[in-house]
Amino acid sequence: MNKLELQKTANEVRKGIITAVHSAKSGHPGGSLSAADIFTYLYFEEMNIDPKNPDKEDRDRFVLSKGHVAPGLYATLAHRGFFPVEDLKTLRHVGSYLQGHPDKKHIPGVDMSSGSLGQGISTAVGMALSAKLSNDSYRTYTLLGDGEIQEGQVWEAAMFAGARKLDNLVVIVDNNGLQIDGAIEDVCSPYPIDKKFEAFNFNVINVDAHDFEQLDAAFKAAKECKGMPTAIIAKSVKGKGVSFMENQASWHGSAPNDEQYETAMADLERIGEALCQK
Amino acid sequence: MSEVKKIATRESYGNALAELGGQYPDLIVLDADLAAATKTGIFKKAYPDRHIDCGIAECNMVGIAAGLAATGKVPFVSSFAMFAAGRAFEQIRNSVGYPKLNVKIGATHAGISVGEDGATHQCNEDIALMRTIPGMVVINPSDDVEAKAAVKAAIEHVGPVYLRFGRLAVPVINDTPDYKFEIGKGVVLKEGKDLTIVATGLCVSESLAAAGLLAKDGIDAKVINIHTIKPLDEELIIAAAKETGKVVTVEEHSVIGGLGSAVCDCLSANAPTKVLKIGVNDVYGESGPAVELVKKYGLDAEGIYKKIKENM
Repeated sequence: MNKLELQKTANEVRKGIITAVHSAKSGHPGGSLSAADIFTYLYFEEMNIDPKNPDKEDRDRFVLSKGHVAPGLYATLAHRGFFPVEDLKTLRHVGSYLQGHPDKKHIPGVDMSSGSLGQGISTAVGMALSAKLSNDSYRTYTLLGDGEIQEGQVWEAAMFAGARKLDNLVVIVDNNGLQIDGAIEDVCSPYPIDKKFEAFNFNVINVDAHDFEQLDAAFKAAKECKGMPTAIIAKSVKGKGVSFMENQASWHGSAPNDEQYETAMADLERIGEALCQK
Repeated sequence: MSEVKKIATRESYGNALAELGGQYPDLIVLDADLAAATKTGIFKKAYPDRHIDCGIAECNMVGIAAGLAATGKVPFVSSFAMFAAGRAFEQIRNSVGYPKLNVKIGATHAGISVGEDGATHQCNEDIALMRTIPGMVVINPSDDVEAKAAVKAAIEHVGPVYLRFGRLAVPVINDTPDYKFEIGKGVVLKEGKDLTIVATGLCVSESLAAAGLLAKDGIDAKVINIHTIKPLDEELIIAAAKETGKVVTVEEHSVIGGLGSAVCDCLSANAPTKVLKIGVNDVYGESGPAVELVKKYGLDAEGIYKKIKENM
């Protein structure tokens, strides 16, 4: 996909996020929107996957360590063809397979159940180690929140990945700067994030999370890097694309009401139309 | 009479892994800087490439195991019960149990028989914690023969299994030609009509000896070895309760939430019976030689015998 196609796809993913969270009347739109371009790049450009055969053995693996942004992952998987886009409206409903946090057992394309922060990265490290042990060529990707990296387990996993030189692993940090209680530097600052991963023997790349050219260059550089895992620190805007949600911690974990839903979708329609003019 | 052979089940664990490593090429053993104590070092010697030392980071180790299992490996994570079931409880629940991954947890140094290290390292809560996880199999073998059989059964079982091993050398009691291990099946070691002693782990051999002491007083005790606490052999326990009318449970674990609670859960619903729970009361352990602690906490044959006499 070229850059414009990726932008258009990401915009559709954002509409899916808003639709799902609005229908659920709960969920996490802010971090889903900040990561929408990363999800889109991974699933439409980077990863070796097949929506018709979600369990194919040599597929690249993805673990959503910041599992609460499941709406972002689900909207991406749906648009990629893993399941019907219509099903996004069943998010968090009783009986739906689209659980509030990723559920590996029931959702096509979900490689690991996650949601308890700090745990997903360890499972991704296990997958990368597994590939090394049996000389498999698949790569493993995991997305973390910048608040999530306050969890100690993240650094246990990073220490192991660095020590074991897992160059088939890419850790992405969605650095939107906000967590439930406010700005990450006010709550308990994890900065400098890049220097921390460098100290744990990672190849570190800083990017703008909403710039597909930068994402493309970073993921290509990650593939080229041998002997170390890569950490991509992606500076993002929480709530990206929806005017009233941008940079608002309050939209971390609340759903738009009907009126807000209309405003949000109108914002995204305008963005979509502008992209079509290009 | 010849000396009874004694071996710690942690030793059996390490030996079984090394013996089965050839047969099961996907078997991967993880440890958290305790390979010398958990005895996975024996496996490491035989299969160095398949032994992963994760360093002192049990939560991460459990997550790594989940990732290995999700990609087709059969990982055994090894640490002391305190740090496996205790520290990494939530990782086991959410990263292993919820996705129902094929991870085996080999927890050694369970209970007060850790000995000199004292209360911080004596896990009397692991059975309680592990049996609340949906789909988790919980096994507490009584001796070397059973421990090795349990490791093999755990490999062949698809899904998470918690295996509880001890540090203290315990008598080999299952070394018989017809011994058979089946997950979820209790073993009647001695028939009796006056009461049933249901025991697990190192308390099985002590309970058998206690039954011998009771016999001298004319009390005929049935003894059941429950190596699998979950799924519990309810049929066997209900039948024994109906048969003997009285039930005693014996475990090297807190009386809250372990074998005793599992038996009470079963009987209260199916065959209400008076149950005497013998175990570690609602207290922490302490430092001391393991054998002396087992005696002090009333889990040796004499302690079990006395408690039964007082209460029944």
